[in-house]
Amino acid sequence: MKIIVAIKQVPDRDAQVHIDAAGKWIDESSLQYALNESDAYALEEALQLKEKHGGEVVVVSAGPERVGQTIREALAKGADRAIHIVCDDLGLRDALGVARLLAAAIKPENPDLLLTGLQSEDLGLGQTGVIVAELLGLPHATLILNVEKTETGLKVKRELEEGWFQTIELPTPAVLTIQSGGNKLRYATLMGIKRAKTKEVRQLTAASLGVDAAPVVVLEQVALPQKQKSTQILPGTAKEAAAALVEKLKFEVRVL
Amino acid sequence: MSGVFVVVEQREGRIARISWEAVAAGQKLGASLGLPVNAAVVGAQTESLATEIAARPLDKVFRVEHPLLARYTPDGFSLALHQLIQAESPACIVFPHTYQVRDYAPALAARLGQVLIGDVTAIGDGPVFTRQLLQGRLNGAYRPTGTGPCFVSVQAGAFRAEAPEAGASAAPATVTTFVPTLDSAQIRTSPSEPFRGSAQTVDLSSAQMIVCVGRGIKDAENLPLVQDLATSLGAEMAASRPICDNGWLPMERQVGSSGQTVSPKLYLGVGISGAIQHLVGMKGSQCVVAINKDPDAPIFEVADYGIVGDLFEVVPALTEAIKAARQ
Repeated sequence: MKIIVAIKQVPDRDAQVHIDAAGKWIDESSLQYALNESDAYALEEALQLKEKHGGEVVVVSAGPERVGQTIREALAKGADRAIHIVCDDLGLRDALGVARLLAAAIKPENPDLLLTGLQSEDLGLGQTGVIVAELLGLPHATLILNVEKTETGLKVKRELEEGWFQTIELPTPAVLTIQSGGNKLRYATLMGIKRAKTKEVRQLTAASLGVDAAPVVVLEQVALPQKQKSTQILPGTAKEAAAALVEKLKFEVRVL
Repeated sequence: MSGVFVVVEQREGRIARISWEAVAAGQKLGASLGLPVNAAVVGAQTESLATEIAARPLDKVFRVEHPLLARYTPDGFSLALHQLIQAESPACIVFPHTYQVRDYAPALAARLGQVLIGDVTAIGDGPVFTRQLLQGRLNGAYRPTGTGPCFVSVQAGAFRAEAPEAGASAAPATVTTFVPTLDSAQIRTSPSEPFRGSAQTVDLSSAQMIVCVGRGIKDAENLPLVQDLATSLGAEMAASRPICDNGWLPMERQVGSSGQTVSPKLYLGVGISGAIQHLVGMKGSQCVVAINKDPDAPIFEVADYGIVGDLFEVVPALTEAIKAARQ
């Protein structure tokens, strides 16, 4: 089975966030980056399917040069090769624009299966996989926790709201967006890290893929959210803050 | 252009609150654009649902009805609504931001060269749509710049369903049946009936006090620290999704959109940043206390009391202080 995993590099979730001077995004100059979590689960699902059924796992990612580091991490975990769509204007493209880039890079690969995380931790759009499926004319299913290969295609477990699930059968080739928690994530081994250095990373550009950036939806401005409640911050050392909280729990919340 | 369309979602013949919230959002949008507001309901048997929807202050209600729409599939719903959009040319289509909508609306929008603005929390003049970024740490203002219909889905709880603005007339909306052309060969996925996960043995919804642990705990080895705090309070222990994904606590102790919804007297979040998927599960709590090292963590937006600090120092100190107070 030939599996493509679309991954995204996102700001590390512990990173301090500062709005940039233009007020359109965050200041990226001192940010740490990481592999988007649900994409890590998509990669894990792909690697496990390959271990069971054989085949190839190819990762694809769009973004500036720094994305190369996240691609190497995926290769170190066991992906066979990678496609890096080098583009510095990812933030100016809307969900359809990004999906067009990915679809153009994926199409000539003719995969049996395309996996990606259900949403990114930065923009949180949760649309990329679904739109790529539409652009490639493939069936899709979202919020998938488990993938089984059948004689005719796939049987997948889909998460629904409030603790409900359903199984879905669909033919291949297909696109699945993977929910976190379906598998246990692996770490890269030392051997994997060494091997990753020699694996193929093919670089493509938006221009070479013939995809322009013209968006139909624009992120005009970002702002810090307004507080819904006025939070009383209890200051002091850990001990002082704890004592102050106990007072509140006793006399105001009345749970002690 | 024939106005704003709201796609109302049914689950087993019932309309959930979030769909009424989407109607309220549609009415807000219709008022600002000066356009009539219509609704559509998709299924195989929509007559009584349509009657229920038509009682709201709406212009028209479309029953998008076909036997192949009895069970939700992304192919069936995309094809059917695509045909309705082509026939009616709406200016805007508003959806509730549900798992189902997330599954097909992005593809439907793309089919028309458009992009869904998803999980919207506010609508401003323009219109400009607010949605959250970076797990709730920022708000983004999105503006559609294309010429086609705009697609919007609204977050649960963001618009008030109880008080929809009064419509032009008190008479019920006109109900029209729209029969899309569908062929079973076009529907490529085959879904099963929904089923429950493992039997729920922990009912967090009735707990009076909950101590909820998040990623900040770093390792399963550190959990006893938080368990001690819960025990000292007599509280139930719960967790955010990543803790359960890692298998550190069972899934049935998960609070959030994919877990349980809780409304205790006291919710105490330890090392929880407060991603929206978690907040929707706990924001009904009477008192929210948060302990987190990041003063900008979104959990502080909904907290009554906060301690900004290292949980590995604060939690043991708090456990001691509670034990002392209880003696």
